[in-house]
Amino acid sequence: MLYRMKWALVSTLFLAPLAACGGGDDSAVEDAPPPAPEVDPIDPATVGDITGMITIDGMPPEPETIRMNSDPVCLTEATDTSTDYFVVGADGGFGNVFVHVKSGLEGRTFPPVAEDDVVLLDQDGCRYAPHVFGIRVGQTLQVRNSDPTLHNIHATPAENDEFNTGQPIEGMIYDTSFDSPEVMVPFKCDVHGWMNAYAGVVDHPYFHVTGEDGAFALNGLPPGEYVIEAWHEKLGAQEQTVTVPENAAAEANFVFTITE
Amino acid sequence: MLWLHRYGRVLAGATLALIAAGGLVTSTGSGLAVPDWPTTYGYFMFSFPLSYMVGGIFYEHGHRLIASVVGLLTIGMAIWVQCVDQRPRVRRLAWMALVAVITQGVLGGITVLYFLPAPVSVGHAGLAQLFFVLVVSLAVMTSPGWMEWYGRDDAAAATISADRPLQVLATALPCVVYLQIIAGATMRHTGAGLAIPDFPLAFGGVIPMTWDSAIAINYAHRVGAVLVAGVLCVAAARILGRYRARQELVRPTVLLLAVAAIQITLGAWTVWSERHVVINTAHVTVGALLLGTTVTLALRVHRSRFADSRPARRAEVPAGRIVASALPLPDSHA
Repeated sequence: MLYRMKWALVSTLFLAPLAACGGGDDSAVEDAPPPAPEVDPIDPATVGDITGMITIDGMPPEPETIRMNSDPVCLTEATDTSTDYFVVGADGGFGNVFVHVKSGLEGRTFPPVAEDDVVLLDQDGCRYAPHVFGIRVGQTLQVRNSDPTLHNIHATPAENDEFNTGQPIEGMIYDTSFDSPEVMVPFKCDVHGWMNAYAGVVDHPYFHVTGEDGAFALNGLPPGEYVIEAWHEKLGAQEQTVTVPENAAAEANFVFTITE
Repeated sequence: MLWLHRYGRVLAGATLALIAAGGLVTSTGSGLAVPDWPTTYGYFMFSFPLSYMVGGIFYEHGHRLIASVVGLLTIGMAIWVQCVDQRPRVRRLAWMALVAVITQGVLGGITVLYFLPAPVSVGHAGLAQLFFVLVVSLAVMTSPGWMEWYGRDDAAAATISADRPLQVLATALPCVVYLQIIAGATMRHTGAGLAIPDFPLAFGGVIPMTWDSAIAINYAHRVGAVLVAGVLCVAAARILGRYRARQELVRPTVLLLAVAAIQITLGAWTVWSERHVVINTAHVTVGALLLGTTVTLALRVHRSRFADSRPARRAEVPAGRIVASALPLPDSHA
């Protein structure tokens, strides 16, 4: 009798919580996240653009010569041994500036990137190419070793997962992607300390890296107000609030100033 | 026994070289130049082609190779001590050193695989110094001087044993030096080496006007240097004032004064040179040398505490054997 009572008590203790599960209890519904606010889909007939120029004011430092003596292969393979922190065009255009929409697209979703739409980061001549680039969340980043020497590809993001992988053989390819937006993700090679690159990871298609002419264009934006950010690895970031009219273009120019 | 001592000195020297190599790895930012462990870019450690040791790989893989040599030497030391030395304390030291160097290797691997987390990197640096202390102790305790009790008679041994301030100072010195090394390692591995950009002042004053964690650990390391110098000066004054005839105490004391002066100069130069690789690494290495020398001095001061016997006549002791005695105090043995 006592044995049965003990097992009845044990069973009750185990089965009782199950009575709280299932059934039309509103508390279960309260745990679900609220549905995302409905945002009107992008109407191609109304989209506008943001265009502009990134220029530099002042005299940038002269490029320094990178000593690649630590790797004899780099000495023979490298075609450019100058630092590329400041890429300035003849008309003062400022290159390697990452421009993107920082805010204003909240709640919008965009078609996923096609699987074959891959961003390539190449290690060629013991330099990264490109030095600054943009990539979308979830998009494949393909890192390739085009040098007959060893490289390691080491990313040090703050929001995404850090990784460090070796590529000892010429032609090796490493594929990865980022799960969260982050401006900017630094890359470096710990074997060749002068090698670095930066990736702007965003969750939308409105970004641009300027060339020597400093021009940028963010095309196909729905009408509305946006914060645009321009980032440079040495001179920091600047923001502007821009209103995109319907089916027209807005202009935003940035000037980075070199201080003595 | 003399060859065992010489082997111990080789091991201690190799360990100092290993510490220097490890310092170079950090100073050159090469800690992750080899992303995998225990392999090196997929190669077995000892089959990695020498021609591939370029850039940061030269420092990181070189450090691993030297560590392997030190590990093998430590295994040899432990076995040799086990075979010829009957003293339990020395045997324990040798096996502790072996455990320490294995642990150190694993810590090194963990710090690479987990992208150099600061606590693990500082632990790796701290254990390196402790391992160095162990091998220096082994070298001291197998030395002819130690075995001969440094020629001390009962009176001399009793005088040193009864000198309480000397005993305390000799114990305190390696402790403060080790704490200073840990502060330095924390500063290095948290990127705080130049948190205070000037020296000897701090932002133009004696005390920083602004504080954060980086400035705090940097300043703590500077205060630690003053503390180490102070304890050393007091200890040196006592030893050179009262025990000038005891060369086993005077020599390490004079060496300590010279090494400490060099170390403080290197510390200042590290700041002025904005952490030049060679200067920075030399500062790490000389710090280890300073620790090893304080341990040597401490052991020699505390010689009487170790209960192995005074040397018997050669005819009574089997050649190459070191015998432990049950007699605990100097005046107990003839």
